Order: sequence, then structure tokens, then C-alpha cells
Amino acid sequence: MEPFLLRALAAGIGLAIVAAPLGCFVIWRRMAYFGETLAQASLIGVALGLALHMHTTLAVLIAVLVMAGLLIALQRQSLVPVDGLLGTMHYVALSLGIIATASLNGPTVDVMSYLFGDILAVGTTDLVLVYVGGGIVLALLALLWKRLLLFSIHPDLAAAEGVPVERVRMAFTLLLALAIALSIKAVGALLAIAFLIIPAVAARPLATTAEGMTIYAGIIGVLSVIAGLYLSSAYDIPSGPAIVVVMAAFAFTSMTLIAMRKSGSVVRR
Amino acid sequence: MAHDASSHGASTHDACNHDGHAHAHVRGDACTRDAGLGGAEPLLAGRNLTIVRGGRALIENVSLAVASREIVTLIGPNGAGKTTLVRALLGLEPLTSGTLSRKPGLKVGYVPQRFEVDRTIPMQVNSFLALGVGASTWDITAALGHVGAPHVLRSQVSELSGGELQRVILARALLRNPDILVLDEPVRGLDHLGEAEMYDLIAGIRDTHGSSVLLVSHDLHVVMAKTDRVICLNRHVCCSGLPEAVAADPAYAQLFGAEAARAFALYTHHHDHTHDASGALVAIPPPRST
Repeated sequence: MEPFLLRALAAGIGLAIVAAPLGCFVIWRRMAYFGETLAQASLIGVALGLALHMHTTLAVLIAVLVMAGLLIALQRQSLVPVDGLLGTMHYVALSLGIIATASLNGPTVDVMSYLFGDILAVGTTDLVLVYVGGGIVLALLALLWKRLLLFSIHPDLAAAEGVPVERVRMAFTLLLALAIALSIKAVGALLAIAFLIIPAVAARPLATTAEGMTIYAGIIGVLSVIAGLYLSSAYDIPSGPAIVVVMAAFAFTSMTLIAMRKSGSVVRR
Repeated sequence: MAHDASSHGASTHDACNHDGHAHAHVRGDACTRDAGLGGAEPLLAGRNLTIVRGGRALIENVSLAVASREIVTLIGPNGAGKTTLVRALLGLEPLTSGTLSRKPGLKVGYVPQRFEVDRTIPMQVNSFLALGVGASTWDITAALGHVGAPHVLRSQVSELSGGELQRVILARALLRNPDILVLDEPVRGLDHLGEAEMYDLIAGIRDTHGSSVLLVSHDLHVVMAKTDRVICLNRHVCCSGLPEAVAADPAYAQLFGAEAARAFALYTHHHDHTHDASGALVAIPPPRST
């Protein structure tokens, strides 16, 4: 196998594993659109990094964190509903990102590769970053697991039982931002959240426990990366979108299977 | 009943403000406006708690304390601020003014008023009960048996009936071995038989676990016999004291309506008469309410 394909495979598998538990929490806490809006800020980060000669991942992390702070502050008002607010910020970030990358001096930036990622161009440094950064994200998530899960089930119950809910919420947002920054090179601003949520969606109908759902999501993510990269090289189609389409195929299959089992009037308790 | 009480309470917002107070004093302070404690160091206490939201006071200058092994029942019509007060005591509701104190290291078992588990989170009852509690399977099985829901051990939390869910959350609160158990209308979703059973269970918890209990109810009758102290709330503490003293207070009758007060009298005296076709209700003199 070509070395670039091997690196792409390794990066994709690493990202899919990190995305699994994070994606489950994004689904459980109904934060898909929040995550999506965060990810849009990464294009601004890319432009910032290029302008200031900063490492792309670091610049993206900063941009995403600034966006997270902005969103949390704006959510304190109640005149505009959350989806309206997120929608506004989403398009603001995307437009500003396009303007910023277009107005950079010097060589023109391939905006497409930052929007959809270029997993086949992942270098050794990027790969190390994915595994080291991803390892840190997974370790912190494991540490927070119980508190985060209780918080997702019932924030007030968690608070009454002594969980520091505000700190847990902040920590989760930080981990989400970190995961987005790590995945920007390989999957891009527009597909980063797809990597998080689609495997989790596919896993939900199959699982009876929270832990089971994250494991199913991980397996589905990894299989999708392998199959998507195969399709991409065999039929010469864009790799990021190919992986996402395979993930979606898993999601539709698992939801159809569960719908068929339900209509068979077998109600399991 | 609850609806009547609520509309009555709303229309006579100041019902217990002055009249009730005066009468309470005439009666020799059997029922007081101060729901705080005297000497003993309380487990959980709030002093002069006021919460204003959108220019409207939800609770006003409320002081309340719960002592060790005490069962305190908070009653009041809908909209009286019972849930707000309990949430404030648990630190879930930002205070406009007032102070909270809790015994250091206090372990709280909480049964919230609303507990709807999203179907998006796959979660079996046994994992929910173990989550962050560190209870063994044996403990969990025993706790579910204790609350009368042994059959739901491996059910999905999101698929439980209202009554089963209440029992499971109570089981979780008990598994934490709490110093104080806070229950916000724990009989929601239960039928009448289940209600009586639930109150018996709660009253027994003080003896089996040594916990204090802070109980919210909009319905005084059933809980009376099990309660050490009743606090009648209508944004402020109208009246606080022994169940009999509160029920006999005119403030209580004004807040809940004379009919409810009579119904209570019927309950406490229900050994004194037999049920006949003519209706024993008439035979019981209603509490004086001028």
C-alpha cells in the first residue's frame, strides 16, 4: 500500500476512535448544531495561522475556543432561540473564514481542502498530533465519564449530588474544540462534526447501554474510514465525503433494522 | 382539589400575611411564621431567601432549616414557590438575596419533580443506579426491592412508567446513603394506593437510614401522620409547626380553602366517626376561620 494511503488510514482510524465517545455525548446533549457552529470557526483559524505563521492546529484551536466562549456568552440571553443564534454564528464564521482566506497575501489557499479536508495529504507530524492529542482527549474523557454521563441524563440531579456541573460543561466544550482542531486537516471544517455524530447516530439503535453505544460508534467509524478510503482510491472520488457516505449508510441500515424489529411488534423491555 | 387550592391561593395572595399571623399569636404560638430552628445545628438551612425573576418574587424572605433525622413537609398551593425554595436550598437556583448553609460534606439524595430520561441515552436501570454511586449489584437489587420495583433491574430507564421511574430515582437517592433526602412531589405518576405506599416508604427511611427528609407536597392530608413539622408556603412562610397546629391555623384554611381544611379535619379524626350515608363530613366542625 502507498505510504500516503497508510497515513490516511491511520489518521482516519485514530480520529474515528476519538470521535466515538465525544460524538455520543454530542448526540445525548443535543449539541450537534453547537458543534457544527464551532467547527465553522476553524476556517478563520486557518487564515489566522497562515497570516501569523502559527501552526494550523493551534490557530484553529484558538479560533474554535473563542467561538465557544462567544456562543456560551450569547446563550445567556433568551430573546433569540438557541438554533437561531447558532445559525447566525455558523454563517458569520463561514463567511468570515472565506473572506479571511481570500484576502491573505501570498500563495492562494486551497479553501476546498480546509472545508472538506484532505486526508490523503496527512503528513507524519499531523499523524503524531492526531494520536497524541487524541490520546489526551480520550484520557480526559475517561476521567470525566461518570460525571459527564450523569450531567447528560439530568443536570440538576448531577448538581444536587455534588457534580461541579459548570466545570464539567466547560471541560467538555474544551475537549470538543480540541477534537475539531485535530480533525481539521484530515476532514475539514464542514465534515468534522459528521465524523462525530453520524457513527453515534448509527450506534444508537444497536445499543442498550451508554458504553455499548460508544463502542459501536467506534467500530462503525473505523469500518467507515477503511471502506471510504477503499472506495475513494478504487473509484477516484473525494475521500472525506466517501467516508461520510459510508457512515451514513451504516446509520440508515441500523435505523431501518430497528424499525423493522419494532414493527414486528416485539416490544422489549 | 389541587386546582381549587391554586385558584384560591392566587386570588387571595395575601391570605396568610396578616390575619393568619395575628391568629397564630392569639393561639399561643402553636404555629409560627419562622420555619428556622432554635438551638440544634441544622443539616441544611436557608436564611432570608429571596428569589426574584423577571421582576416577580418567587419566594420572599424565607428562612427554613432541617435538623438531623427530622421529617419536614413543605406544603402550599401551586405557584407558591415550593419547588423554587427546594432548588434554592440545593444550590440549583441563584439567590437574589439570603444565605445558605449546609453541614460540611452533607450527602444529599434528591428526587426532582421532573425526571424525564431522554430515549437518546441508552441506559439500563442497573447502570443508572450504579453511576457515580459505586453500589454493588447486590445493593442495587436490594434497593429496588425496598422501593417496590425489583422487576425493572434491566429495563431501559427511558421506558419506565411514571411510578416505576419515581421508585427508581428514590432507590438511587437511598443508595447514596444520604444525610438528607429531598423529595419534590414524589407521588407524581402514582395511583392512590401507590401514593400511600410511597409515603409509608418515605416515613420508614428515617428509621432505616437515619436520614432527614424534606418533602414537598401540594396535598397535606396523606403526609400528615408521618411528618414532624409542616411548613406552609405561599411565597413566604405562612405558618410552620406541628401538623395539627398548621391545619388548625386560619392561614391554612384561607390558603387552601375551607373545604380542604375540613377534609383535613376529617382525616385526622377519622377514627372518631363511622362512614354513613348522611355524610360524616357535616358532623365535623370546621376550623374557625374569621
